[in-house]
Amino acid sequence: MMKSATSTPVLSVRHLRVEFPTRRGTLTAVDDVSFDIAAGEVLGVVGESGAGKSMTGTAVIGLLEPPGRIAGGEVWLKGERIDNLSVSKMRRVRGKRIGMVFQDPLTSLNPLYTVGEQLIETIRTHSDVSAAVARKRGIDLLVSAGIQAAARRIDGYPHEFSGGMRQRVVIALALAAEPELVIADEPTTALDVSIQAQIIQLLKAMCRERGAAVMLITHDMGVIAETADRVAVMYAGRIAEIGPVRDVVQRPQHPYTKGLMGSIPTLEMGGERLAQIPGSMPRLTAIPRGCAFNPRCAHAFDRCRVERPESMQHDASKVACWLMAQDPAKVGS
Amino acid sequence: MNDYISFTRPLSPPKPEATDLVKVENLGRVFDVSKPWLNRVIEREERKLLKAVTDVSFSIRKRETLALVGESGSGKSTVAKMVVGLLQPSGGHVRIDGQDMWGGADLSKLRRRIQMIFQDPYASLNPRWRVDRIISDPIRAFDLANDRADIEHRVGELLRLVGLDPLDGRKYPHEFSGGQRQRICIARALSSKPEFLVCDEPTSALDVSVQAQILNLMRDLQDQFGLTYLFISHNLAVVRHMATRIGVMYLGRIVELAPTDELFRKPLHPYTRMLLDAVPDLAMSGRPRKAVEGEIPNPIDPPRGCAFHPRCPLAFDRCRVEVPAVRATSTGSTVACHAVDLGKA
Repeated sequence: MMKSATSTPVLSVRHLRVEFPTRRGTLTAVDDVSFDIAAGEVLGVVGESGAGKSMTGTAVIGLLEPPGRIAGGEVWLKGERIDNLSVSKMRRVRGKRIGMVFQDPLTSLNPLYTVGEQLIETIRTHSDVSAAVARKRGIDLLVSAGIQAAARRIDGYPHEFSGGMRQRVVIALALAAEPELVIADEPTTALDVSIQAQIIQLLKAMCRERGAAVMLITHDMGVIAETADRVAVMYAGRIAEIGPVRDVVQRPQHPYTKGLMGSIPTLEMGGERLAQIPGSMPRLTAIPRGCAFNPRCAHAFDRCRVERPESMQHDASKVACWLMAQDPAKVGS
Repeated sequence: MNDYISFTRPLSPPKPEATDLVKVENLGRVFDVSKPWLNRVIEREERKLLKAVTDVSFSIRKRETLALVGESGSGKSTVAKMVVGLLQPSGGHVRIDGQDMWGGADLSKLRRRIQMIFQDPYASLNPRWRVDRIISDPIRAFDLANDRADIEHRVGELLRLVGLDPLDGRKYPHEFSGGQRQRICIARALSSKPEFLVCDEPTSALDVSVQAQILNLMRDLQDQFGLTYLFISHNLAVVRHMATRIGVMYLGRIVELAPTDELFRKPLHPYTRMLLDAVPDLAMSGRPRKAVEGEIPNPIDPPRGCAFHPRCPLAFDRCRVEVPAVRATSTGSTVACHAVDLGKA
C-alpha cells in the first residue's frame, strides 16, 4: 500500500466492508470493495438501486448513519489512513480535502443563508483569510462555475436560483477549499437533460483544472460513458467489474455488466427488443451464496453457487466472475 | 387569456381520419396561481395565470404509440391528464373514436376504454388493498363480470400476462419490488380491456434492467391486444425505442411532431436538435457536445413570440414578436419555427 509518492493514488479503498446490525441479523451493504483513484482521474461508480454505490461514497467520507458502520477494510487519502480518524479530525478532512456534491441541490444548501455566506464560511473554515478575501474568492468561484453577474448573485438566497444554477453553486462550494478528492453522488439526477450536460461539463472542467480526483456515483450509464476515465460496476454490494470506461461500456466481460449494457435503450438503436436480465437484484437480507449474481446468470455453473469469485485481471479490467478463470472464449456466447 | 382558442390552424393529418383513435384539437389548460383575492387587493397584484398547455393538436392512430417528450414544465403530463379525462381542459377538444370527451360524450362508457399507468408504482397502488382486489376493481366498477369465480379467474390470467404468479394476488403491494408493482399497475390497467393506454413516465422510477423488462412487456402487450399508447417521457432513448411518432414539447406547445426515424435522422426544430445534442449517450462517438445555453424560462412569464427564442441560435426579430405557426413538411412532420419556415435551418 505504501507505494512511492509519485504513484500514490489520491484515494485508495481496500477491502471495504459496511455493515448494518439489525434485529434480524447483520446486513452487509458493501462487501470487500477495493479501488484506487489517481489525481485528475474520474472514477464512475454505477449500479442499480441497492447496489451499494452511495453507501461506498458515504463510507469514504465517514458519514455513515448509525447503526451503519465500517466493519472492515481501509480507506487511504494520499497515503494517509482516514477511516479510523476521530470525528473532529474527520470533520477537518471533509470539505477541506474531500468535497461533496449531492443529488438534490436544494437540500444541500442552507435556505436561511445567502449563497455568499455559505461560500465565505466554507472558505474561512478551511483557510485563514479575511472575510473580504474570502468573498472575493467566492465570487471568482461562482464565475468559474458559470454563474453570470456573480458579484450580485452572491448575495442571493438558494431559492432565488434555478435547479441547474443551484447545482453550480454546490459545485463551487465543494471546490471552495481546493480539495484533492470530490465525491459526486448522482449530481445530475434531479436535473433536466439540457441542464445535465452543462453540469457534467462544468464538474469535469473544474476538477481537471484543479487536478482533483473525482468519484462520480450515478445510475446513468450515459453520464458515466461521457465523463469517467474508469468505471466500477457494482452489484449487491460488490464490484462486479472495474476497468477503463471504453472497455466496460463497449466490451463488458461480466455477465451482469453485459446484461446491464444490453438493457439500456440508446439513441442509435431503433425499435429492436431490449436485452433483459431475468429477476431483480437480491435484497440485502437474502444475498445468494457464492457469486451474488448466480441465480440470474445464464452462464452460472456449480462453482458460482458455492464460492465467491475473486476479482480477476482481464485485459485492462478486473472482473469478479468464475468464467474468467475458465476458458475466456466461453464468455462471449 | 384564451388566446390559444383564437388560433385555429388546421393540422393536416398524416393518414385518413378513419384510423385515428384519439384526436386532440387545440388543447389548452390554464392554471390560476394567483394569491388570494385579499392579498391581491392589498399588494396591488394582478392575477397570475400559468399556461401549462397551449394550442396542442395531435392524433393517434389505432395500434400506434405516440410519445410526448420534453423537460420538466413542458406540459406533457398535463396533456396526459386531459387526454385520459382526469383534468378538464380550458380550451380545445379531446375526441376518442369521434366522441368529444369534454363535450357531451358519455364519460363512463369512454372511461372503460381508456386507462392510465402512472410514474410512481409506490404511490399509485392502495397499500391497504390486496393485489387481487386492486386488479379486479375496474372489472367490478365497469360490471364486466359478476361471478366471483369469473373475476378470480380473470385476475389470475392478468397476473400471468404481466409475468407474475396468480398466487401473488393474495399479497399486498409492499411485498413487491418497484418493477413488480409497475407490472401490477399494468395488469390493473388492462383489466377493463381498454383500447387506449396513457402512460406517464412509466419507467422513470425504475432501474435500467427493470426498465428494459417493463418496456419489453408493454410492447408485447401492444402486439397481443392491439393497444394504442400515448407515452409520456423525458428520456429520448426510451421514446425512440417505444414510439411510432414523437411530439417534442417546450413550454406548453408541441414544437415538432415527426415519425420516430425522421425525428432522429433529421431533427428540424432547433430545440429538438439541442435536446438530441445534450443527451449523454453510451455510443461514445466522441462528438463534441454543443454547450446548451440558458434554462427553461418561468412558464408564468414566458418570453414573447416563440418561447424558445432566448435560447435559440437561429432566433431573429420575428421570433421575438410572433408565435410561429405549426406547419406540415413534406416528410409527414409538423414543426413550429420561423427559421425552418424560411429555410434557414
